[in-house]
Amino acid sequence: MTMDDQVLERHGLTRDEYNRIVEMLGREPTFTELGIFSVMWSEHCSYKSSRVHLKTLPTTGRRVLQGPGENAGAVDIGDGYAAVFKIESHNHPSFIEPYQGAATGVGGIIRDIFTMGARPIALLNSLRFGSLEDPLVRRTVSGVVAGIAGYGNSIGIPTVGGEIGFDDSYTGNPLVNVFCLGISRADDIIKGTASGAGNPVYYVGAKTGRDGIHGATMASAEFDEKLEEKRPAVQVGDPFMEKLLLEACLEVMQTDALVGIQDMGAAGLTCSTCEMGSRGGAGVEIDVANVPQRETGMTPYEIMLSESQERMLLVVKKGREHDVERIFEKWDLHAVHIGQVTTDGKMRVKDRGEVVAEIPNPCLTDEAPVYRRPMQEPAYLREARRLSLDSLGQPLVARDALRALLAAPNVASKRWVYRQYDHMVRTNTLVVPGMGAGVVRVKETHRALALSTDCNGRFVYLDPYRGAQLAVAEASRNVACAGGLPIGATNCLNFGNPQKPEIMWQFAKAVEGMGAACRALDIPITGGNVSLYNETDGSAVLPTPVLGVVGLIENADRVVRRAFREAGEVIVLLGESRAELGGSEYLHVVHGLIRGVPPALDLEREAALQRLLVEGAASGLIRSAHDCAEGGLAITIAESCFDTGLGASIDVPGLEAGHFGDVVTLFGESASRVVVSVRAQQAAELLALARKAGVPAAAIGTVGGGAVRMSIDGRSVIDAPLVELEHLWSTSIESFFEKQRAIA
Amino acid sequence: MRARVFVTLKPSVFDPQGTTVAEALHTLGYSSVKNVRQGKYFELDIDAGSADEAKRLAGEAAGKLLANPVIESYRIEVDSQ
Amino acid sequence: MKFAVVVFPGSNCDHDAYYAAQHVLGQDAELIWHKDTSLKGADVVVLPGGFAHGDYLRTGAIARFSPIMQEVQRFAAGGGPVLGICNGFQVLLEAGMLPGAMLRNTVLQFRCEHVYVRVEQTDTPFTAACAPGQVLRIPIAHGEGNYYAEPDVVDRLEHNRQVIFRYATVSGDVTPAANPNGSLNNIAGICNETRNVVGLMPHPERACELAVGSADGLVLFESVLKALSHGAFASAR
Repeated sequence: MTMDDQVLERHGLTRDEYNRIVEMLGREPTFTELGIFSVMWSEHCSYKSSRVHLKTLPTTGRRVLQGPGENAGAVDIGDGYAAVFKIESHNHPSFIEPYQGAATGVGGIIRDIFTMGARPIALLNSLRFGSLEDPLVRRTVSGVVAGIAGYGNSIGIPTVGGEIGFDDSYTGNPLVNVFCLGISRADDIIKGTASGAGNPVYYVGAKTGRDGIHGATMASAEFDEKLEEKRPAVQVGDPFMEKLLLEACLEVMQTDALVGIQDMGAAGLTCSTCEMGSRGGAGVEIDVANVPQRETGMTPYEIMLSESQERMLLVVKKGREHDVERIFEKWDLHAVHIGQVTTDGKMRVKDRGEVVAEIPNPCLTDEAPVYRRPMQEPAYLREARRLSLDSLGQPLVARDALRALLAAPNVASKRWVYRQYDHMVRTNTLVVPGMGAGVVRVKETHRALALSTDCNGRFVYLDPYRGAQLAVAEASRNVACAGGLPIGATNCLNFGNPQKPEIMWQFAKAVEGMGAACRALDIPITGGNVSLYNETDGSAVLPTPVLGVVGLIENADRVVRRAFREAGEVIVLLGESRAELGGSEYLHVVHGLIRGVPPALDLEREAALQRLLVEGAASGLIRSAHDCAEGGLAITIAESCFDTGLGASIDVPGLEAGHFGDVVTLFGESASRVVVSVRAQQAAELLALARKAGVPAAAIGTVGGGAVRMSIDGRSVIDAPLVELEHLWSTSIESFFEKQRAIA
Repeated sequence: MRARVFVTLKPSVFDPQGTTVAEALHTLGYSSVKNVRQGKYFELDIDAGSADEAKRLAGEAAGKLLANPVIESYRIEVDSQ
Repeated sequence: MKFAVVVFPGSNCDHDAYYAAQHVLGQDAELIWHKDTSLKGADVVVLPGGFAHGDYLRTGAIARFSPIMQEVQRFAAGGGPVLGICNGFQVLLEAGMLPGAMLRNTVLQFRCEHVYVRVEQTDTPFTAACAPGQVLRIPIAHGEGNYYAEPDVVDRLEHNRQVIFRYATVSGDVTPAANPNGSLNNIAGICNETRNVVGLMPHPERACELAVGSADGLVLFESVLKALSHGAFASAR
């Protein structure tokens, strides 16, 4: 029985792919097998459009304990411990059902961490939305934030940082990327492997229902008017169940009774079964009649494709079943024996003893299609990179521009968001959200980890290669500011439809740039996620490759924060300022434009800067550090004053840019720049250290007074009361939601 | 037997969720909706010999667990089927 | 001095309370599973924060029926000091060990931030080392911390000096602006009639080390050491 075109289309398979399946099996597939192939060969699970490019990323290093290919990556943090971390996306579900889409995204990434044997200790998230002026966007924002809070708070893992960006291109395609990090003993990392013929396969967690079927295929397709039909594919999360699973699994892992374990995420039971088999070079046979079911009359197809949340698949050492069952019973969970490991390398699915699917594991994993899709530089690019400041009319007066930028959602305080997240549970949080990189201590050691997720989509849009490099630089610079040496990274690549050559070109260039930056900065990528088809009605999001970087702080007592510490400190600007306004927040806020070229980036200079920051933090020389990002130097100075009651006065040389000189000097977004503060008597020491390290540095002012004062070449351009600026910055986002109370 | 338990906040208890729902209805144009109180609804499938027994059991369940007597009151309906 | 920290399925802050007692205070602490029927000779019992049973049905509504709660009731009836933190406070309310109930925050959002609370009474085991009117900077993290009790109950609480902590400004003024969740009379914590059971919504165990933002919470733990060593509030076992 050959499947007809309609059936194939519903399964997201091309006729060519179907022919390959027939060839691999030597026969037509059963309907259940078709479903299995459809999810495993979906973009989301197979990475078919991205694998050839991802292969070029640097994934090794002396600290890497686990690179890409497992449920999460791991790096050695010393003292016999490892940091296990990854970032994942849940974009499409978060548009359909913001609360549950975001909540289940959090649930999914947490499982990826504890399935490796690591106790999760921190969450971050990187979010993108349309304009807050739009009531539908506000509802999405409220729902997503409430969902992340609802799940993360309930399970008791602090959300310690992240970023939120706004741009019209995300209106129909919000991005919800969630990062999780856990700690395990370096030699106790558990893999998702099935091996040892006859070893029993167990299922534990929530019962399987019909939710989320074809969630993986939904994540691999654009939205269009047929959106309503896809509604049932969003799952509902149960953080309480996951908390029980987390505690029980960690307890079971202590007993050494497991061969392997994997969570059931995208493509549910199907994915965990064949992936574990593939990794172990073994076969896995299960009988779906043994799978605990929440609904009646479920078919094998439905059971294999269900994406019901909070379920784990375990391979137990034969003879140790009782230990495992006993521990799960303590937590009121039932571990059910559903199959065993075999030697024939196949995934075999039975239904009450009758075989309904039998597929060699590699066909679903390593031998899934790999595409080298056509690429072409986008038509918009040449024109968009042209920026003529003269054509912009009169620049805003500095004090008006400062106010406009402080109130702009991309810059303004995100406190309205993060006060909904429990960021203190587990009493490890040394730096709370809103202050740069999040920092958590590792209680088992005297160390701490600085964490940051960053990407400027406008820069990537204007130059994918350089934009991606800038994302790597920004994320690693943020952790370095806190005193953390970047030791590993994970990436979440959010792009449009890869079947469009322009999008594929953006993707390929971004991966290329990311790889070059990671090599130059010696930051291995240990894993990550690709989310494609972020488009609605043909309009794609800004290409947004998010980097999540982990920085190691050797001494938890030497964490550096963003805010100025006391009056009299000397403010030093590290790095070089150039006349650059391309892709800036100023252009976006004042002129509604995304034009120009992104800031230049010298990776060697960036590396030297980061080394200096880490050294300066460790010695205590650097008292505060805040990197220059959206809004440029002026925003950085203002933000460093907030929450301190301390003002600042600076004087900087003006940059040449015609009558845009002041704007470019204050709001230009040149890369590799950090504002630090030092004790007055140590300023000379820092400048000397910077000179020796090859990092441009200049003392530009002092901390103190109750105002924010900025001069250019001795000419005063900004003189505003701190209280007024802080009020503007801290109430902006809140004011969008005041009148409108979204019901989550 | 099916018992339906309706749990509602006592009148004296401030209900910000109900208020928010009312406001949202107003923005959707339902200005004739004056007030909203939000509560909970439970369906209990009970093995009982009679409707009275089901009602009694449901009442116990409500009093002991489903409702918090400090802030909530309840009423019970039983399907005669 | 031995601290028993009860762990319900879904408790999250049990490890934090344990860490505060064992590592910061340097005392003996033990985690007690909710199905146990013995407090193992504890001198102090802590019901920690978290989301016991997912907060399903109502916060603390199911946890109050756990087997260990019988022991906790017995311990309290004998005069032993019991501290309910956040979700633990909610369990004590549902169990009837403290009067009143918790509603959703009036802002209808979860709130995690540092607040100031004023110590109203120093004759409880958990405020014995405080000065009257002392202001503590302690974090809250809850979506349902809006304390409610019927008017006659509130009157009685006030009359009996059973309000132990109130939300206040940094200078100790009890104002609406200082109230993060709409609690009646800015009530952040109360005690029972025999003054040995205290419940509060803020998390003192999160404020025991300056490194994490404040050490003002430590005094609650130091208080119970002081109170017990002076022979007050020992449980008749």
